[in-house]
Amino acid sequence: MIGELTSNQRILAIVPCYNEQDCIAGVVEDLHGIRDRNNLPLDVLVVNDCSRDRSADILRQLDCLHLNLPVNLGIGGAMQTGYKYAHKHGYSYAIQVDGDGQHPADQLKQVLEPALTGRADVVIGSRYLEKKGFQSSAIRRVGIRYFQYLNRLLTGQTVRDSTSGFRVFNRNALELASRYYPDEYPEPEAIILFGLQNLRILEVPVEMRDRQGGVSSINALKSVYYMIKVTLGILSAYLRYRPYGKRRSV
Amino acid sequence: MENVVPFKIQLISIIGTVLFMVYIIRLIVRGRLREEYAIIWIICTLVLLTLSFWRRGLETIALELGVYYPPSLLFLFAIGAIVCFLVHLSVVNSKMQHNIKELTQELALIRHELNELKRSATTDSEADTGLEVLP
Repeated sequence: MIGELTSNQRILAIVPCYNEQDCIAGVVEDLHGIRDRNNLPLDVLVVNDCSRDRSADILRQLDCLHLNLPVNLGIGGAMQTGYKYAHKHGYSYAIQVDGDGQHPADQLKQVLEPALTGRADVVIGSRYLEKKGFQSSAIRRVGIRYFQYLNRLLTGQTVRDSTSGFRVFNRNALELASRYYPDEYPEPEAIILFGLQNLRILEVPVEMRDRQGGVSSINALKSVYYMIKVTLGILSAYLRYRPYGKRRSV
Repeated sequence: MENVVPFKIQLISIIGTVLFMVYIIRLIVRGRLREEYAIIWIICTLVLLTLSFWRRGLETIALELGVYYPPSLLFLFAIGAIVCFLVHLSVVNSKMQHNIKELTQELALIRHELNELKRSATTDSEADTGLEVLP
C-alpha cells in the first residue's frame, strides 16, 4: 500500500483503446496484477474508441469496466469520457495507461505516489528525466523540446515530456478535464491548461517500452500537422486562460 | 443605348435567378434547409435579381467607387461573400463536432449505466427465486 488512501478513496485506471486487439487483454491483466499485489483500490476502465477490430469482443470477456463509444472521437475524446466517468463516480484519482502496452504497469506506483501523498495535482511519467528505456524517435524528441520551450514561455513551468500520456490526475484535475479536454493530440495542450489554472504538475522518471502492437497515431507525414495543430491549440488555450487580463473559468 | 449586357443574357440571368430562388424556397418548405442558412442565399438572389433588372446599376456603382472595370466589382463582392459564408460554415461545423463529442460521451456513459442496471436487476431476480412469498 502506498501513500495515504482513506478507505473510501478509489483510483481509476483509464485505458484508451483503438484497434488494440493484440495487447488490450495483456494491459488489463498487468493492471489487475499490480492491483492485487499492492492491494490497491484500483478499478480498470477501458474506453473503446469505436475500434474496427475485435477489441470490443475481447473487452466483453475481460473482467473490467468498459465503455464503448458509438463514434470514433480520437484519443482526447476517449480520455475525456474516462475522466467524466471518474468524476461522476467519485474516484479520487485517475491514471491514464495506454492500451498499446507502452506504459508498463509495474511503474504505476511511482507515478501514483506523488498524487496520493498530495504533492501534486497532475503527475506525469516522463521518459527523459532518466535516459532509460524507449526514448522515441529523434524527430519526436525535437518536437518535445519545442513544446518544453513553449511551455516555459507561457506558463513558466518546465515539463520535460509533455507528450507522455502516462499521467495521474487528482480530483482537481479531474474536475477540469471532465469539463474541458482537447480532442486531438491532447497531452501538451492539457498541460498548458493545467498550468494556467494553477494546478501543481510534477514529473517522475519512468521507463517506457516501445509499443507492443498496433500503429502509432503519429506518422512522419502527420507530424507537421501535429506541430501546427498543437501549437495553435496551446496558443489559444493560453489566450483563453492566461492569468492576467480578462480571466475566464473553464 | 450601349447596353452593359445584351438583352438575351439579361433574360437568361433573370430566369436563372428566379429558378434558383424557387429552389431555395422549396428546400426551406420541405425542411431540408434551415432558415438561418437560407437567409444568405435569399439575399444573394435578391442582389442578383436587382442587377439583372437594373442593367446600368453595376456600372453606376462601380464608377461611383472608382472601379474602372465594372465586372471586377462583382467578383470582389462575390468572393467576399463566399469567404464569409465559408468561415460561417466552419464555425457551424466546429460547434457541431463539439456537440457530437458531448453526445457520444454521454451515450457511452448512459449505455454503461443501463448495462449495470440490467445486470443488477437480473442478479436480483435470480436471488429472489426461492424466496417467493405470496402477498
